Amino acid sequence: MHEFLFGTYPYIALSVLLVGSVARYERDPFTWKTSSSQLLRRKQLVLGSILFHVGVLIIFLGHLVGLLTPIWVFDMLGITHGAKQLLAVLAGGVAGVMALVGGGMLLHRRWTDPRIRATSSFWDIAILALLLVQLVLGMFTIVVSLGHLDGYEMVKFMAWAQGIFTFDGAAASYIEDVALVFKLHLFLGLTIFLIFPFTRLVHMLSVPFRYVTLRPGYQIVRSRRQAPRRGNEPAE
Amino acid sequence: MSHLLDRLNFLQSKELEQFADGHGQVTRENRDWEDTYRNRWRHDKIVRSTHGVNCTGSCSWKIYVKSGIVTWETQQTDYPRTRPDLPNHEPRGCARGASYSWYLYSANRVKNPLVRGALMKVWRRMRKTMTPIEAWTAMQNDPVLRASYVETRGKGGFVRATWDEATEITASANAYTAKTYGPDRVFGFSPIPAMSMVSYAAGSRYLSLLGGTCMSFYDWYCDLPPASPQTWGEQTDVPESADWYNAGFLLLWGSNVPQTRTPDAHFYTEARYRGTKSAVICPDYSEASKFGDIWLAPQQGTDAALSMAMGHVILREFHLDRQAEYFEDYCRKYTDMPMLVKLEEKDGKLVPGRFLRADDFDGKLGEDNNPEWKTIAYDAASGSYLAPNGSVGYRWGEDGDWNLEERSRDKATDLKMSLILEEDHDAIAAVDFPYFGGVATENFVRCDHPDVLTRNIPVKTVKLADGEARVATVFDLFCANYGLDRGLGGDWAAKSFDEDLPYTPKWAEKITGVPADKITAVAREFASNAEKTGGKSMVILGAGLNHWYHMDMNYRGIINMLVMCGCIGQSGGGWSHYVGQEKLRPQTGWQPLAFALDWARPPRHMNSTSAWYAHTDQWRYETLNVDEILSPTAPAGDWDASMIDYNIRAERMGWLPSAPQLKTNPLEVGRLAKKSKKEVAQYVADQLTSGKLEMSCEDPDAPENWPRNLFVWRSNLLGSSGKGHEYFLKHLLGTDNGVMGKDLGEEGRSKPKEAAWHDEAPRGKLDLLVTIDFRMSTTAVYSDVVLPTASWYEKNDLNTSDMHPFIHPLQAAVDPAYESKSDWEIFKAIAKKFSEVAPEILGQETDVVALPILHDTPAEIAQDHVRDWKKGECDLIPGKTAPNYIAVERDYPALYERFTALGPLMDSVGNGGKGISWETKHEVQELRDLNGTKLDGPAKGCAKIETDIDATEVILMLAPETNGEVAVKAWDQLTKATGREHAHLARGQEHVKIRFRDIAAQPRKIISSPTWSGIESEEVCYNAGYTNVHELIPWRTLTGRQQLYQDHLWMRAFGEGFVSYRPPVDLKTITKGVQDDGDSLVLNFITPHQKWGIHSTYSDNLLMLTLNRGGPVVWLSEVDARKAGIEDNDWIEAYNINGALTARAVVSQRMREGTVFMYHAQEKIVNTPGSEKTGLRGGIHNSVTRTVLKPTHMIGGYAQQSYGFNYYGTVGSNRDEFVVVRKMKKVDWLDREATEKEAAE
Repeated sequence: MHEFLFGTYPYIALSVLLVGSVARYERDPFTWKTSSSQLLRRKQLVLGSILFHVGVLIIFLGHLVGLLTPIWVFDMLGITHGAKQLLAVLAGGVAGVMALVGGGMLLHRRWTDPRIRATSSFWDIAILALLLVQLVLGMFTIVVSLGHLDGYEMVKFMAWAQGIFTFDGAAASYIEDVALVFKLHLFLGLTIFLIFPFTRLVHMLSVPFRYVTLRPGYQIVRSRRQAPRRGNEPAE
Repeated sequence: MSHLLDRLNFLQSKELEQFADGHGQVTRENRDWEDTYRNRWRHDKIVRSTHGVNCTGSCSWKIYVKSGIVTWETQQTDYPRTRPDLPNHEPRGCARGASYSWYLYSANRVKNPLVRGALMKVWRRMRKTMTPIEAWTAMQNDPVLRASYVETRGKGGFVRATWDEATEITASANAYTAKTYGPDRVFGFSPIPAMSMVSYAAGSRYLSLLGGTCMSFYDWYCDLPPASPQTWGEQTDVPESADWYNAGFLLLWGSNVPQTRTPDAHFYTEARYRGTKSAVICPDYSEASKFGDIWLAPQQGTDAALSMAMGHVILREFHLDRQAEYFEDYCRKYTDMPMLVKLEEKDGKLVPGRFLRADDFDGKLGEDNNPEWKTIAYDAASGSYLAPNGSVGYRWGEDGDWNLEERSRDKATDLKMSLILEEDHDAIAAVDFPYFGGVATENFVRCDHPDVLTRNIPVKTVKLADGEARVATVFDLFCANYGLDRGLGGDWAAKSFDEDLPYTPKWAEKITGVPADKITAVAREFASNAEKTGGKSMVILGAGLNHWYHMDMNYRGIINMLVMCGCIGQSGGGWSHYVGQEKLRPQTGWQPLAFALDWARPPRHMNSTSAWYAHTDQWRYETLNVDEILSPTAPAGDWDASMIDYNIRAERMGWLPSAPQLKTNPLEVGRLAKKSKKEVAQYVADQLTSGKLEMSCEDPDAPENWPRNLFVWRSNLLGSSGKGHEYFLKHLLGTDNGVMGKDLGEEGRSKPKEAAWHDEAPRGKLDLLVTIDFRMSTTAVYSDVVLPTASWYEKNDLNTSDMHPFIHPLQAAVDPAYESKSDWEIFKAIAKKFSEVAPEILGQETDVVALPILHDTPAEIAQDHVRDWKKGECDLIPGKTAPNYIAVERDYPALYERFTALGPLMDSVGNGGKGISWETKHEVQELRDLNGTKLDGPAKGCAKIETDIDATEVILMLAPETNGEVAVKAWDQLTKATGREHAHLARGQEHVKIRFRDIAAQPRKIISSPTWSGIESEEVCYNAGYTNVHELIPWRTLTGRQQLYQDHLWMRAFGEGFVSYRPPVDLKTITKGVQDDGDSLVLNFITPHQKWGIHSTYSDNLLMLTLNRGGPVVWLSEVDARKAGIEDNDWIEAYNINGALTARAVVSQRMREGTVFMYHAQEKIVNTPGSEKTGLRGGIHNSVTRTVLKPTHMIGGYAQQSYGFNYYGTVGSNRDEFVVVRKMKKVDWLDREATEKEAAE
């Protein structure tokens, strides 16, 4: 069972994430959106949304860097495992509180405003609820982590995560003996990957970086020139 | 190829090039997404159709179809172009029309035939053992079974039925009713044929073949201004909207053009750009007000005071102090002003009496033909009295002198309009005029002038057959009536505009609140423009004026201004009454189809106002007494009677139609008449005189006289036009209702003299109410059978309007959705079923049809004196002193075959209209060739009318307006009467024949025809009265001219010989009993046309509801709202003894204090909570109204004041009503879970 959940299930979840997202992008491009409800009610959204998004982004990047960076990189940089864990706990804790508060506001708003409630799909509410549960679980793991500040546990998770991505058949075994709350956290995380393509989370994949880089021109003109020329059409 | 792969272009350079110094940038981003939007607006086809709704817009639309679904609509822009100096007709259309496609697939669409559950259950059970006729008979004979569905009307519980079942119930009920009570107990109500002619004709053709009653609508809607038939002998003929552009001065009076004539409003704007001056007159700051150079805001209901003051100014400055040549000339030729009126003595004083006529003279002035119908003028050329050409006496029984040439037969004339000069009159006489300004209720300004005003008039003494008499010209009396001093002395003649005497501007200021100097200025500019332009001053007026009890005064005051200034019949001038009229341009081609004149004549027509007044028992609650409206100068007579008594007298004398007609089944009367070997008319006359036969009108509550079946199609009778809505529910339908008043019996007030009184009023007179609609309207909700009809994008039909001269189609862009069928197919199906079930009890029968004395027929000169046969004042002569009684042969088993074929009478009798007739053999043959002929059966050899397109071809082929050959024939026939050549008006188009597919390609302009008083030409726009003025065709009145004096006995008795100001009447609907303590806000209840709907249509349309407040609203002034503690958007309740309604309040500066507006016909089925007063769901605008009849509208047998369907008759006014308005304490939606028992049912 453990082997399935943490050795096989990650591949299922990631495959569904990948294939599902591509399929949705191809088949239903107009559903690829944030489904913002700002038009219906601004109140409670601005603060809740910013807190939630900033918190979640920090946590997400923290997990990405923390789990997938090979351990020798930290060693090379001279960061002890304990220090790394402390960093993770502190940064994760602060960001987690932000996301939890923001997410709570968003869920309250979505649940109680009759117009937003009426326009919400099942997954709109469910995904928010799942993320909140995941945040709570994550916060609990901090409590457990504080029990052994040497960072040894953390290294297990890094090994596991990197093992998954390096097709290490023994990856699941690295975390066999960790506390239950970690396992729950991991399982729910994988499940969120699994349902990702079917929810509004897909908007993560379309981050509008261009807003940040700022296009230089005032007038943007798309060219037709890239369209392949038909046989009898003269070249321009 | 793939959205994703196309975006994987990280290796390509994003930038191709830059331009404009780097401000512009070319990229190579994917543009496939654009196709989505391209597909959004891509469609399979566009079909031309329109909206068959009662708005007169008649706008041609493009209907877009995609994958078999109507997706949206846009305005057509291909109307034929106008002349170089005139703007084009486009754009036509409005937001309401643009939202129509929502209906097609909405939840409110009627998708299947529906039958009231309780009825269906019994029917299915009985049909297991009985034939359809037996089943219906058994159900009607069992009072418990009948009540089981009657009392549940309006309370839900419909079940799906098959077409077979629904048509079987309907046909069986019709056959049973015809056999048991008479076919005239089957009523049908459908309005405004012009909006979808074939759909109207489908039902009326079925009813007419059956012998059922087609009910009028124009008068019932109170859109008919009786002043028009009184003055012009014309229902209503008006300029097209393009002619506004030609006006020099536009007066908008109680008409909100941008809101209610939206597609035409651009001509108003364009006229303003051209430089046309405009004044807007309305009590509220309407959308139209901002168009005006000046806005006059008279108190509501006092328009006649304003128009008379303007008339006073015009007469003073353009006719008396200075005679404008154009005006004088026009009035002499085209009005009754030179005609002489006999002055009659009453209590030793003189009052204006009848017109002097040829038969008053010894030797009848040599006139043998109709001398009693030839009016007399004094001819200055010969110094003698003579009968000028054109009076109605010349119209019938002789040829060639019915025209407006300045002649009396071969003698040229120079008629004297005034006898004011010393040498022209023999004496100055004091003549009494009634004055009504003193009878106003406390809500209006009451004047202290006496009720009779005596003025001095120049008169001539003339020797007549029965002695000497004093006579005066209409013009001299007319000026005296307006209170103008002419140097003849007397108390009630004003020398200056500043005197407070009736009809001066100063006086009007007091009553209307409009400053006197503004009244004078507008009147002066109106007349001065008309003088300079030859009559190009125009008044656009609307329902705002016509819905008052004394609408005749409001209208005649304005008509007089136009006539005094020579504006009628001149392009750019005239009377633009646009109130729900929808000109049925190919009328004479449509009539044979619609009323089955090809099989039997005459059809049964009924004036709805009188019918509903009687059959919904509103007469039992009458609060208006005749003495409140009778003139103090009324000639001696038996005037003390109630309104229904007057109506009974009118029916008895053949003035108004009846429905039902006789208490005995007319099929039975036919049988007995045949047996008696007497002529039918004589048989009925004998029986009526001896009292063996009774007219139904004398006992409307007797079960034999109830209307038993009612069809409502193309209409929302209960949700829109049903004045006295709660009385309809109580007595006609027999279900829950909000009537709070007591009837005359319960109140112990004096009861009618001639109508039989039953202490217990009947409830639930109708056996069966069938509604045919595409949407679940308020009427549908109250019906027993609801049949789903095709929407306006799913059927083929014709559409015309008075606002533009084009005929254009409705077309089936898609097949009727769900189980719906077009109206034509529905009535065909009912006819087919009828032919199957009826033979059990009906075969070939002789039906006796009562026909009132009709306008535009030789019979219209029937009664130059009022005599009642029942009182022994004369004999009962059918068609002369009473209705005519005509035997009509019905072939009930062949009803379907007759329905679908053009009958033989078109060949043998021909066709006609408005007093002329022509043969149609050639057209009938062409229809045989076009539509094919019936090969066998009872209609063998007749042209087929199987489909709705076949039916359109019948109309188009027979109508002079769409068949040039017929137009020329028709004009030639008119030439016989007038002695003048008219066919040149159509000769150029003799070979034009418009077919259905022609108008599918593009709207077509119609051809000039004598049915109408305007012409279609390249020089002038369509304008009413044009051919009267320019072709010298007489108006179809007693004098043959525009008649400003009405000399009928009843007109004089009720003080309306001349125009006067009459304040709104007191309907006494807010009694101590009904008004709750603390409710103190009492307001005049006004129901104008709305912005978010056309009558009730669109008022349940989500798109329109979203633009407004999403449910019923009333408008209040800020002051009134404050008084009752009402804030904007509060729920309010309005009530009086007629009932109660609920709505949200719109509190607006637009509103005038003392009035509440409720845009009429906001559906009761949308967001209407329960009323605290009645405990029932809300109510609609008509929940607080009740119909009140006016005796002068019942006059008949008297030239222009003769009956015509939708032409003359009682009208359903509703604006004199007051309501208590209060804030609702608790908004109760009356929603609850169904009980288990209810759910099980």
